Amino acid sequence: MSDNSTCSSPMEELHPIFLHHLPSSFSVLLKTRLQAHFHVLDPCDSAEPVSSFLASHAHSVRALVCAVLTPLTAETLELFPSLHLLVGTSSGLDHVDLDYCRRRGITVTNASVAFAEDVADHAVTLLIDVLRRISAADRFVRSGSWPVKGDYPLGSKLRGRRVGIVGLGTIGFQTAKRLASLGCLISYTSRSKKPSASFAYYPDVLELASNSDALIVCCPLTQETYHIINEEVMRALGKRGVVVNVGRGPLIDEARMVELLVQGNLGGAGLDVFEHEPKVPKELFGLDNVVLSPHCAVITPESFQAVQDLTVNNLIAFFANKPLVSVVQFQ
Amino acid sequence: MDQFGVLMTCPVFPYLEQELDRRFKLFRLWDFPSKSEFLGHHSGSVRAVVGDTKVGADSELIEALPRLEIVSSYSVGLDRIDLEKCKERGIRVTNTPDVLTEDVADAAIALILTLLRKVCVADAFVRSGKWMSGDFELASKFSGKSVGIIGLGRIGSAIAKRAEAFNCLISYHSRSPKPHTTYRYYSSVVDLARNSQILVVSCSLTEETRHIINREVIDALGPKGVLINIGRGAHVDEPELLSALLEGRIGGAGLDVFEKEPEVAEELFELENVVLLPHVGSDTEETSKAMADLLIGNLEAYFLKKPLLTAVI
Repeated sequence: MSDNSTCSSPMEELHPIFLHHLPSSFSVLLKTRLQAHFHVLDPCDSAEPVSSFLASHAHSVRALVCAVLTPLTAETLELFPSLHLLVGTSSGLDHVDLDYCRRRGITVTNASVAFAEDVADHAVTLLIDVLRRISAADRFVRSGSWPVKGDYPLGSKLRGRRVGIVGLGTIGFQTAKRLASLGCLISYTSRSKKPSASFAYYPDVLELASNSDALIVCCPLTQETYHIINEEVMRALGKRGVVVNVGRGPLIDEARMVELLVQGNLGGAGLDVFEHEPKVPKELFGLDNVVLSPHCAVITPESFQAVQDLTVNNLIAFFANKPLVSVVQFQ
Repeated sequence: MDQFGVLMTCPVFPYLEQELDRRFKLFRLWDFPSKSEFLGHHSGSVRAVVGDTKVGADSELIEALPRLEIVSSYSVGLDRIDLEKCKERGIRVTNTPDVLTEDVADAAIALILTLLRKVCVADAFVRSGKWMSGDFELASKFSGKSVGIIGLGRIGSAIAKRAEAFNCLISYHSRSPKPHTTYRYYSSVVDLARNSQILVVSCSLTEETRHIINREVIDALGPKGVLINIGRGAHVDEPELLSALLEGRIGGAGLDVFEKEPEVAEELFELENVVLLPHVGSDTEETSKAMADLLIGNLEAYFLKKPLLTAVI
């Protein structure tokens, strides 16, 4: 374990933290980790109705962990008058009322720092798979077609391909770094230009798409970014353009994307997320130029370990008044 | 030039065929009912052979072509050409190095990523509708893992550079250590396998490297290790690999090449811990054209008595 302090305090002296979750194998493991360092308040442990549990325990809670994608509304957050820190265990926090947190001055941390490498790896995998037809070629071999049909259709080279990153946060940056090593030409759009990034910046996604062969979507889902990849953007990307989404399904106008793919007006797509998971448009199942994965970019033991470490370490730092990691920057 | 007889051994790429046809007197071996039928009529007309990874210029073919002067391979690998025979007869040999290095390195990375991350399996999971009934299984992270590369030539080095961007620890084995690298060298393939989570074969196929991946190496790689082959099928003792996969003694394999392409052992088709590609390492539109242009450039240079572009002999 990489915690930076050992647990030596008796139970009464452990700082209380609130665990907001719908129990899952992940949240149960996380809870066990947390219990080694903190007094974990979990309404699931109590026979009391949630409302009375909150009434008894929420008032003095300074830190709350929102595990997996359990929705957290302003209504619930209002019951925590002493709350200063909200720790999310995912990169995307569209299930949390961040606007309320901003207004209340609650610091929010997410899992981006823990997950960035796996998500970046997954984004790269989806793009390479679409361009080099990996999954489709694997199906071709497994179906016994190679001796019968002979050579497989050619793919597309990576070097020189213009890739536009939509959202150059922690994940976007790690993705850019990997794609650059494969010879892709990187540019990006983001809420604001990143002075430390040497990649070309475009102020809006339409201009980015017009100058790209592929888009990697890895920005947070907000009211502003809902359907940020719309029909106009996808048409600007062109008939050979590829869209990769490792953010949230609603970042893309899915119905329009499916139409464009089926018509041959969009070159391909690599998708880990969908608007109505786990429902995936059936029209995609017959296409060889799409690669589909079930929102699993961070479902690895390495990411699970990393987010547990990050969660525990951020809480320890908070109570020791030390700097936090992976803090969400509000607009 | 249009009287210069060129024999193409198999249909590889329409553009190459077109361009050869435009410039030279092209014979297509596959147009004839048999090789002996072709040789019976045209053996005296062939001055160049264009081969590839499937059919090259073996001793038998070379002996049957008395006016053969140059063999140009549509590949960088030379295992299908009897180089000794060519040297003996003073026949020039060219291949297509460098233009395909990056695509093959990208294919190696693609195999590693899709294998570790179970993307082909995940895609099938979604397409079958199974996601509606439950979550997918755990996959494995690539970034930060230890990668062992057999053969640190052009392709091996390109693979290493890419893996470095994924924060991997790189080690390698080759006939002798390479100066000017910071990667760790292992003089024994078994030791390299023992110390790597991902073992990549990217050396050329010779007598020495045939079955370089044998039982001992596979066991050293172990149940948590994976093998990636973008070299030649004959680098791997395929029956040994198959039994190791079936028995769980090795974690998985990503294979672009097989001992008897296009035949692939059907037992592999049922396995989730393999990714199987039909020898597509350099198969992109861009690189196929670049390889064809380079091959033609070599033949033209030969005809015009200019220095060859990428001569091996």
